[in-house]
Amino acid sequence: MKRTIFRNQLLPWLLLAPQLAITFIFFLWPAAQAVWQSFLREDAFGINSTFVWFENYRRLWGSAEYLNSMKVTLIFAVSVTVLSMGVALLMAVAVDRMLRSTRIYTTLLVWPYAVAPAVAGILWWFIFNPTVGIMPYVLGQMGIRWNHISNPDQAMTLVVIASAWKQISYNFLFFVAGLQAIPASLREAAAIDGAGPIKRFFTITFPLLSPTTFFLLVVNIVYSMFETFAVIDSTTEGGPAQATNIMVYKVYFDGFIGQNMGSSGAQSVILMLIVIALTVIQFRYVEKKVEY
Amino acid sequence: MIENRPFLNILAHLVLIFGVALVALPVWVAFVASTHTATDFSSGTIPMWPGPHLVENYSRMLDAGVSTSGTPPVGQMMVNSLIMALAIAIGKIIISILSAFAIVYFRFPLRNLAFWCIFVTLMLPVEVRIVPTFKVVADLGLLNSYAGLSIPLIASATATFLFRQVFLTMPDELVEAARIDGAGPMKFFRDILLPLSRTNIAALFVILFIYGWNQYLWPLLVTTDSGYYTIVAGIKRMADAVDGLPQWHLVMATAVMAMLPPVLVVVLMQKLFVKGLVETEK
Amino acid sequence: MASITLDNVGKVYPGGTRAIGDVNMDIADGEFIVLVGPSGCGKSTLLRMVAGLESITDGTVKIGDRVVNEVEPADRDIAMVFQNYALYPHMTVRQNLEYGLKNRRTPRDEIARRVEEAAGILQIGQYLDRKPRALSGGQRQRVAMGRAIVREPAAFLFDEPLSNLDAKLRVTMRLEIKDLQRRLRTTSLYVTHDQLEAMTLADRLVVLNMGRVEQIGTPLEVYRKPASTFVAGFIGSPAMNLISSRAVPHLPGSAHAGLLGIRPEDLVVDPAGAIELKITAVEELGAQRLVHGLVGGEDFTVTMPSDAALGDSLTLSVPAQALHRFDKESGLRLD
Repeated sequence: MKRTIFRNQLLPWLLLAPQLAITFIFFLWPAAQAVWQSFLREDAFGINSTFVWFENYRRLWGSAEYLNSMKVTLIFAVSVTVLSMGVALLMAVAVDRMLRSTRIYTTLLVWPYAVAPAVAGILWWFIFNPTVGIMPYVLGQMGIRWNHISNPDQAMTLVVIASAWKQISYNFLFFVAGLQAIPASLREAAAIDGAGPIKRFFTITFPLLSPTTFFLLVVNIVYSMFETFAVIDSTTEGGPAQATNIMVYKVYFDGFIGQNMGSSGAQSVILMLIVIALTVIQFRYVEKKVEY
Repeated sequence: MIENRPFLNILAHLVLIFGVALVALPVWVAFVASTHTATDFSSGTIPMWPGPHLVENYSRMLDAGVSTSGTPPVGQMMVNSLIMALAIAIGKIIISILSAFAIVYFRFPLRNLAFWCIFVTLMLPVEVRIVPTFKVVADLGLLNSYAGLSIPLIASATATFLFRQVFLTMPDELVEAARIDGAGPMKFFRDILLPLSRTNIAALFVILFIYGWNQYLWPLLVTTDSGYYTIVAGIKRMADAVDGLPQWHLVMATAVMAMLPPVLVVVLMQKLFVKGLVETEK
Repeated sequence: MASITLDNVGKVYPGGTRAIGDVNMDIADGEFIVLVGPSGCGKSTLLRMVAGLESITDGTVKIGDRVVNEVEPADRDIAMVFQNYALYPHMTVRQNLEYGLKNRRTPRDEIARRVEEAAGILQIGQYLDRKPRALSGGQRQRVAMGRAIVREPAAFLFDEPLSNLDAKLRVTMRLEIKDLQRRLRTTSLYVTHDQLEAMTLADRLVVLNMGRVEQIGTPLEVYRKPASTFVAGFIGSPAMNLISSRAVPHLPGSAHAGLLGIRPEDLVVDPAGAIELKITAVEELGAQRLVHGLVGGEDFTVTMPSDAALGDSLTLSVPAQALHRFDKESGLRLD
C-alpha cells in the first residue's frame, strides 16, 4: 500500500482502459460465451440451438473418447513433469558443485527455452522419423522397431520427450536459483555432523528445495496441459487412435474441425475449472505476495 | 564447496556434458539436415556432419520458399513474426505498466474489481477459450491482419503484477518529493517511474519477445492469407505439405531460422533473460 | 518567508482512528520550530499535513495569510527534506536540484544561479555531476537540503533528516542546519524523536503525545517547567524521576497527594536531607556516574560526580524550586 497517492479519479480509468478493454473483449466475453455455449445443443445444420442444461457435460462423462482423453492428459502431464524436472534437477545439482564453469554450462543449457514448442515438435518428429530419422536407425540396431505413426505408445513417448526437452532449461534455472538460496552453512553443518554428499542431498538439500520443487510442479503441469498444444499439433495431431489426444487438443479439434460447439464449450469450461484450481493452488501455497 | 571429491567432480562434469549434448542433439541434427540435399536422405544413411549445401538451401528458403506448400518465402514469414513479436512485447509492456501505475498510485472506486478483472486473465489461457475468441476476432474483422495477430494476446496479468511489484518497492518519499517539486501524475510517471523501471522493462521485453515469436495456435487460426503467415505457424504447414514428398532439408532449414532470433536473444541477453524469467514468476 | 498557523487542526483516518487532535500553533516568520515526541505520536503526520501529503480533516492550516487545506503540495511554497533523502536515483545532483525549478518553469539562468548559490552554501559544488549513489550519507544529506534551498520557499519542512546518519556526522549536520537556518531566516518546521536534537535546534519546541500537543515553549521553558508528566519524562536525559509523594513523607512540599518530579541532576548529597536512596546499581559514564536505586520502594536515579564516594545508600536533598508537582490523575503540572 502506497502512503502517498494522486487524487485524480478519471486518470486511473484512462490508464486502465486499454488493459480492461482487451480483457473484456478477448478474455471475459469469450469465456462467458464458452460457458453459455456449453449449455446449448445445435441441430444438425447448425441453425437452431436449444438450451439443454447439463446435457453436454453428461454426454462427455459418458463418452469413452473424452474419458480416454482425460487419461491421456494425465499420463502425458505426469510423464513430462517428472522427466523434465528430474533431468533438470540432476543438471542443477551438478552445476551447483561447479565453481568456475557455472556460467558456461548455464548458457549451454538454457537456450532451448527460446525454441517454440511447435519447432521442438518438428525437430523431434524428424529425429524419430521412421524412414530418415536417426533414432529409429539407432533403435533398429538394438532390435527395436520404431514407428510412432502406427504405435500409440511410441507416439506418446515422442510427444513426452519433445515437450520435456523444451522445459528442461526453465526447470534448470529455477532449481539452480533454489539451490543457491540454501545457505552453505547448513550443508557445512551437516558435513560436520558426518553426512556424506548423497545423504546430505536427501536429508538437507532436497527438503529445503521443496518450495522450488512445488512451484515447478504446478508450473510444469500447467505447461504440459496447455502450452504443449503446439507440440501435439505439429507432430501426432492427437493420433494414432486418440493415443495423444490431450484435452486441450480435443477442445480445438471438436470445436474447429468437428464443429461441435456445445461439446467443445463444455470441454472449455472443464479446462477453465482445472486452470482455476491450479492457479488457486499456486497462489495459496506458492505465492503469497499477490494477496490483496 | 564443502570437500574436494575428484570423483564427484568428474561425475558432475560428465552429467553436464551429457545434458548439454542431449539438449543440443535435435538442433544439431536439424542443422546438419539443412545443409544436405533431398537425395542424401533417400539413400537411407543419415548424415552426421554438415554437407555443402548450406548457403543454397537457406537462400532458397529465404527468398522463394517451397511453392507447393502454399507458404510464402521464409524471409517474409520472419518479418511477419518479427512484427507480431514486437507488437505483442511492446503492447503488453505499455498496457501493463499503465495499469500497474493506476493500481498502485491511485485510489478510486472499484479499484479492486479492476485488479481482479486483470487477475482472472491468468486463468483463461487462449487454448481454453479458443473457439469463442476466434469468433470475436472474426466478427471484428481482424482475421488476416497484424492487429488480429497481436492485440488479443497483449492483455497480461503477469506483466501487470511485475510492474506492480516494482512500483510497490519504490520508496514513498520519491512520489512525495516529486509532488513537492511540482510534478503531476503523468510527469512523475515519465520523469521518475519510467527511468527507474528501465531494467525491469528490458528484462520483461526479452521474455515477451520470445513469447510473441513462439506463438503457434493463434496465428495458425487467424491467418488464412499466406501473406500474414508467421514462421512458427508456417513451418507446420510446410511440414504437412512435404510429408508425402520428403524435403526435410528445407523444413529443417526453416526450423533453424525459426529458432535463431529468440535463441540469440536468450544467449546474448542471458542476464536480462534470467532476471525477466525469475521476476515474472514472482 | 511566511508564518504558519494551525487552527484546531485534526485528522481522523477513514477507519475512524484519530491521528491528530485539535492542534493550535502559531509559527512566526523565520522561527525554527521542532516537533518532538516518541514514535507514533503523530509528529510526522502533522508535518505531512502542513506539506499537503496528508489530508486535513478538521481545522485549518495557513501559510502566510492563505488557507492551504486544499492546496497541492507543489503550490504551498514549501520545501521538504526527507529522512531517506528521497533523491531521484537516476538523476545527477544538478538534475535533482533543478527538477523542481524546471517544473515551475523558472528561467534557465535563474535556475543556474540558484543551483550555484546552493552548491556554494552547502559545499557540494564538486559533486554536481555525480549520481546520488556515488555520494556518502552526509553528502546526500547536503544535496537533499540543497534541493530545498534552491526553491527559496516560504518554509522548510524537515522530517527526521538526521536519523540515517551515524552519531558523529549527526552532530556536525545539526550544527550546520542551525547555522544555515540562522543565515537564511526561513521559517522551519522540524520533526525528530531525538530530544537532544530538539533542544539544540529549536527556537520553540512542540512536544506531541498521542496526536495531541503536550506543551509548546522554548527549550529552557520546557526543561524547567514541563507541563505534564509526559513532557517531564520525555525531555531531559537521564529522565526526570517521578515518584509518589508517599515515598518521601519528610520532604518539604510533599504534603499534596500527587506525583513529585525531581531531575537526577538537581539532587545534592545532604546528610540532613529527606530522601533516602537504597543503591541497586551504578553506571559509569566517565564525566559522571548514574546511581540507580529505590526511594521508598520506587525507582530513582541520581547523577553524581565520578569521584563521589558511594556506600550502600545515599541521603539526598533537593532545592525547593527544583521540585515539580503533578496531578496524579491527569499528570498535569500543579503551579
